[in-house]
Amino acid sequence: MTGIGQLVAPPLRAHRHGERSAASIVFLIALWGAMAFAVLSLMVLLVDSFLDGSARLDVELFTKYTSQVLPERAGARAAILGSAFVIAVTAILAIPLGIAAGVYLEEFADNSRWYNKLIEVNISNLAAVPAIIYGMLTAGFALAIGLERRVVLAGGIALALLILPVVIIATREAVRAVPREIRHGSLALGATPLQTVWRQTLPGAVPGIATGSILALSRALGEAAPLLLLGGLVFVNYDPDGLMSGFTTLPIQIFNWASQPQRAFQEVASAAIILMLVLLLIMNALAIVIRNRYQNRW
Amino acid sequence: MATYVTDGSQSIGAHSAPVNSTTVHPDRHDRTLPTKPNPIMECADVSVFYGDFRAVSEVDLKFGRHEVTALIGPSGCGKSTLLRSLNRMNDLIPGARVEGSVTFHDQSIYHKDVDPIEVRRRIGMVFQKPNPFPKSIYDNVAYGPRVTGMKVDDMDHLVEDALRRAALWEEVKRKLKDSAFGLSGGQQQRLCIARTIAVNPEVILMDEPCSALDPIATSLIEDLMAELREDYSIIIVTHNMQQAARIADRTAFFTASMDYTTGDRTGELVEFDTTSNIFGHPKDKRTEDYISGRFG
Amino acid sequence: MTSIVTPRGPSAETAPSGPSPEHPLKRSQRRIGEGIAMTVLRAAAGLSVVITVGIFVSLLIPSISFFREINAWDFLTGTRWAPTFSDPDFGVFPLITGTMWTTLIGLLIAVPIGLGAAVFLSEYAHDRVRRIFKPILEILAGIPSVVYGYFALFFVAPVVLKDLLGIQVGTFSVLAAGIVLGIMIIPTVASLSEDSLSAVPQSLREGSYALGANTMRTTLRVVFPAAISGITASIVLALSRAVGETMIVALAAGTRAQVVTNPTDNGQTMTGFIAQTATGESSPGSLTYNTLFAVGLLLFVVTFVINVIAGIIVRRIREEY
Repeated sequence: MTGIGQLVAPPLRAHRHGERSAASIVFLIALWGAMAFAVLSLMVLLVDSFLDGSARLDVELFTKYTSQVLPERAGARAAILGSAFVIAVTAILAIPLGIAAGVYLEEFADNSRWYNKLIEVNISNLAAVPAIIYGMLTAGFALAIGLERRVVLAGGIALALLILPVVIIATREAVRAVPREIRHGSLALGATPLQTVWRQTLPGAVPGIATGSILALSRALGEAAPLLLLGGLVFVNYDPDGLMSGFTTLPIQIFNWASQPQRAFQEVASAAIILMLVLLLIMNALAIVIRNRYQNRW
Repeated sequence: MATYVTDGSQSIGAHSAPVNSTTVHPDRHDRTLPTKPNPIMECADVSVFYGDFRAVSEVDLKFGRHEVTALIGPSGCGKSTLLRSLNRMNDLIPGARVEGSVTFHDQSIYHKDVDPIEVRRRIGMVFQKPNPFPKSIYDNVAYGPRVTGMKVDDMDHLVEDALRRAALWEEVKRKLKDSAFGLSGGQQQRLCIARTIAVNPEVILMDEPCSALDPIATSLIEDLMAELREDYSIIIVTHNMQQAARIADRTAFFTASMDYTTGDRTGELVEFDTTSNIFGHPKDKRTEDYISGRFG
Repeated sequence: MTSIVTPRGPSAETAPSGPSPEHPLKRSQRRIGEGIAMTVLRAAAGLSVVITVGIFVSLLIPSISFFREINAWDFLTGTRWAPTFSDPDFGVFPLITGTMWTTLIGLLIAVPIGLGAAVFLSEYAHDRVRRIFKPILEILAGIPSVVYGYFALFFVAPVVLKDLLGIQVGTFSVLAAGIVLGIMIIPTVASLSEDSLSAVPQSLREGSYALGANTMRTTLRVVFPAAISGITASIVLALSRAVGETMIVALAAGTRAQVVTNPTDNGQTMTGFIAQTATGESSPGSLTYNTLFAVGLLLFVVTFVINVIAGIIVRRIREEY
């Protein structure tokens, strides 16, 4: 029977609510179990990587190139520098374009027009396209314009195409969060829409855009699939020296080492994994710090 | 005839005087107004539509130079909509359109050659909720002149001048570089008035500027309006009848008519006259009912 | 009152007087530069459409060359995939089975765990608990797939499957790859489902509580059905990710393209084939190159269809609310 106690509005997260049937308890255990599985997987993955690779977290990891003959002395130097170069190109290509597109779609596009709705749907689709397809697109594009496939520039283009939808979506959300009253106040003074965006809306959206961009770049850092098709990346034992230089990146190098049978390659691969995870941790922490410290509270 | 006193007191009594029972502040009305205003802006047969919905219907108004004109009436009768069409802020709403003619110095502001951005510089607007920019007090005031490309020899002087005219200078002169968000509600609203003044408009539109403020801040701004009248023409929408009675030279009373098939309410102008006539000798029964508090 | 501001041109007035001699409200110079800026912005937005067209074109051109040599029907239904052998065969069906198995196993892990986590976070967890567990899901989502691939190959297969569970798997198996693929996709299911569950109005829950139902019944009979669109969308999106995932399967699922019948089998997926073949030398215009793109086209079409379906489901949710 319904008692008065149950007619009172319950707290949002009531886990002690109503009778404690056996089924309820089993259900709750199952849920905790699901959560535990996820947490456990993560812990095991991290611990295993650390155990496997900590032996090779040495100076040589940073200073030496990969080696076919001496896997014990292989290092990720070329991969580290290559990642740095490629991510820099990716950032320069994807972030300004993504912000421009995001600002246009959020501030200026008339969303009742069919072509603007098409663009929006299109961007959602692009965000879900498998990463390797962007490699194929870049390979085809490079072929069409006569660009060498195996160069830093092509790698940057492939990754920029991959993260462009993410930057656009992050920009749109950040811009949307700026209150309308700010825009109206600016326009009412005789500012043009573009001046309003440039001087009020965009500055207000910068923390959100920065956070989204850094997260997008950290995704690009970890991606190997798009770069595989820009062939010949697997054995690089020199520093990259420019946009048209050959290169390799951390995830590609890890993929290559993990594909080899020798145990020493397995170790150095997991050392490189630790390195990459640390870099990603730093980037994500930076993004979170920016979001928490600079996010405008309207 | 028996009337209700509408200034808050509860007494009911018969007055032999005309219907006006709100207190009209003497020093705000110590000017002699011409019977017909010398208009700086005019509405002729103006209707405002959102898509098919007619929000405001066939309004004829003349807004006088150096006068305060109040638009009063119950909520939902299109006063703010009409106000926003006076500086083309309605353009921002998709599907909004204006029929009839809105003129400024006898020139239509909706003419195809007219730049709405320039319209908004000449006809400024202060909003219901103070909306300062997330910048310093100085930069808030300097924003308008900077973006509109005004040639300013001495920006510091311009900022000070605008803040003085908005009766805010003394309170902020030592903290011009502080964030505008640190000010109180009433101060923020005066800052919004200051930044509007900084671009040297001719008309200032005010959309219920005091409704988010406490009575003291309200009273400061009402005093301010009497001074601003010297240099600008002011059009104010207010829900507060007594405020209109206190500060306005002329008052326009609006009501809403309901279309019972669609449930839409369309605003229409009932009566427009000097404030003393509206409150003292209203010509329309609906005006009289509103003034005496029988509805709204 | 003297004005210290220099009025701008004949269009400004310092003191309102009669109508000005010229039309005072003409367009100002600011607007010309704006036109250029707007065109740039519009072009940036339009770029996304160009990219999609580009994907189609870049996949189609080599594929057309491919299908001039290889019959499309043989391609889709043939059961031997050996494109680089001296007696080549181009039946893609083995790759499809590889993809299907890894995807299926992945979803079998990701959907229950992901939904469980979502229900837990949305309906049961205190704020403090949420603040610990939500970031964990976000971390799972942020780990690169190559790391997962390593994990599948060097830990899950030998240690978890062979040693702990006694399942006889080789170095490579769709089982090991599928399990880790599932782990990677848990956050996709969990976060979208959790958003949908949280979006269900509290009034629905209260109505159920008021009738005497406990949290489990309320969740299963009221909240879950109300959020079903979002949950379905999350599963469809997870499906799309699983099909398109490359590094895990390239490292751990296998290199032998065969029709997979058993989860412990070594099996090559569509993405695995592309990854493993592309790292070799392949010159544009060669049959190998074109084969890569033909498989890529198939992959793209499949994921495109899945994504469109997910998009339709998502848009239907928005209309309901």
